[in-house]
Amino acid sequence: MMTDLPVLSVRNLTTRFGAVVVHDGLNLDVMRGEVLGVVGGSGTGKSVLLRTIVGLKRPVAGQITALGTDVLNADPASLQAVQNRWGVMFQDGALFSSLSVRENVEAPMRERLGIDAPTRTALADLRIAMVGLPPAAGALFPAELSGGMRKRAGLARALALDPEILFLDEPTAGLDPIGASEFDTLLVALQEALGLTVFLVTHDLDTLHATCDRIAVLAAGKVLAVGTMAEMMRVDDPWVHAYFHGPRAHAAQPAGGAA
Amino acid sequence: MAAEAADDPPETIPLTGPVTLASMAETRKRLGEGPDSAVIDLSGVTALDTAGAWLVARRQRASAGTDQSTGYTGASPAQTLLLQTVGAAISRVQPDAAPHRPRKSAVDLLVMLGKAVSGIAGGLCNALGFLGLVVARLARTAAHPSRLRVTALVHHMHQAGLNAVPIVALMGFLIGIVLAFQGAAQLRQFGAEVFVVDLIAISILRELGILLTAIIVAGRSASAFTASIGAMKMREEIDAMRVLGLDPIELLVLPRVLALLILLPVLGFIANMAGLLGGGLMAWTQLGISPGMFRTQLLANTDVSHLLIGLSKAPVFALIIGLVGCHQGLQVAGNSESLGSRTSRSVVMAIFLVIVVDALFSVFFSVWGI
Repeated sequence: MMTDLPVLSVRNLTTRFGAVVVHDGLNLDVMRGEVLGVVGGSGTGKSVLLRTIVGLKRPVAGQITALGTDVLNADPASLQAVQNRWGVMFQDGALFSSLSVRENVEAPMRERLGIDAPTRTALADLRIAMVGLPPAAGALFPAELSGGMRKRAGLARALALDPEILFLDEPTAGLDPIGASEFDTLLVALQEALGLTVFLVTHDLDTLHATCDRIAVLAAGKVLAVGTMAEMMRVDDPWVHAYFHGPRAHAAQPAGGAA
Repeated sequence: MAAEAADDPPETIPLTGPVTLASMAETRKRLGEGPDSAVIDLSGVTALDTAGAWLVARRQRASAGTDQSTGYTGASPAQTLLLQTVGAAISRVQPDAAPHRPRKSAVDLLVMLGKAVSGIAGGLCNALGFLGLVVARLARTAAHPSRLRVTALVHHMHQAGLNAVPIVALMGFLIGIVLAFQGAAQLRQFGAEVFVVDLIAISILRELGILLTAIIVAGRSASAFTASIGAMKMREEIDAMRVLGLDPIELLVLPRVLALLILLPVLGFIANMAGLLGGGLMAWTQLGISPGMFRTQLLANTDVSHLLIGLSKAPVFALIIGLVGCHQGLQVAGNSESLGSRTSRSVVMAIFLVIVVDALFSVFFSVWGI
């Protein structure tokens, strides 16, 4: 599924919070149909990168091209058109607390598309079923859901507009190992079925092993290394080595995997 | 039936172009054209998304009841995968998952009324229980003054008291002006302009100064208390306190209530003085009552008891505002909507209770002839 066409490219990105430089001339390409995992120590700007790409934070300098549009300089109409083609799932789902799960999934469709209410509801129910939530979950409110269900509901809302790019911020953080591995399986199945390009920020080595085609390591405001899991295992950098060869990494490696 | 279908090549419905959300109406029409047993030919489809796959898979399921061989042909591997995923998801959607809203009968209305009444009664009991809890903690703190959180108390005195001085003073000043102006217009008809001093002094000192101060403080501080405690409740800070063995009543409620208890009388007094100033200024410029004459008239006819009666209500109002604000804050549930509704309820309830209690005070004072 993966091709060599970048659907998302970040060039010389510089972002700052006051005097603190988060990204310093960062370059990154995401190819169509791949799952790219973004890793890095706490505070290296993984989530900030995601938030900058989707337009929640304005960078100081740099260029971001998504689906052929320069998103930083696009006019509101073409920016909206690009936004319709990507979906974002925040860390804890970020569901609208005053709406039920079904209404949450319907919300993007209600705002962006002119389709009739029964179809919208049916499509929302379909998405709820596709992310593996029980049908009864549609009528529940976010406060009534467990953490894992909230994440699935957040994923359903991110998929509501049939996005081409899916941004996920720590999708398995705070899930039990069974729930996390179910989420990985779900993500791979949906990614294949829907032909998604996935930009995945995570700390979870199991998720990296299970889902990612390539991995990008952020450090010191730049992308330190990009490549497949096997390539990552051979990187000399001490941090990368510690990350992929640490005690947790050995546990996460599938038997007979990259050595 | 199966043999017949094998003899007759099944009819096909060719779909072409994009089969997506945007072309849903058209796809639906095309799919409705053929008989139920028709095979859907996807070889000409350029783009297929979830909505399009939903239409195809749903139709396939509908016709699957008559013949298993019906379905679709010509799908690419990716499209087949999507159709399978969507088809599997459709089978998990309950046929009538959509919520049913039964019509409300008279009995339901009666049930709603009963629930509302019992809810109000429960809320009253709850509030009474909270009052008791706070009074008990207050007594314990009085017995062990070292338990009092002085920093928090001073902080809230600053927020709820000192910062309210400008608005309260301005409000009192303007009320004085209004009273002088309105009173003078009526009293001039009888040539009794000088009694405007009594009108201003008694109405402000006894009633309006403290009542309006309490209403402003209820709007400022009851809402602030509810919002800040409610946000802590939402972020589980209150639970964290309980787990650490800290008492939220002692840490959060007492400093706020005490700050109001101490400073609402002061704010009321400031409003009273500003009101007299505004009234005196108006009387001087519009009615020609000089400051000296104003002072003489004030001292001669207005007893200090009016001021004391007015200020005696202040601690009660302070208790109401503080308790309502904190109690509503502690009742905030996990979502942001409940924070909003609790905050607005806290302001409305605090102002309402202040006015009700003020009316009770009036009755009480008149019965006792004070």
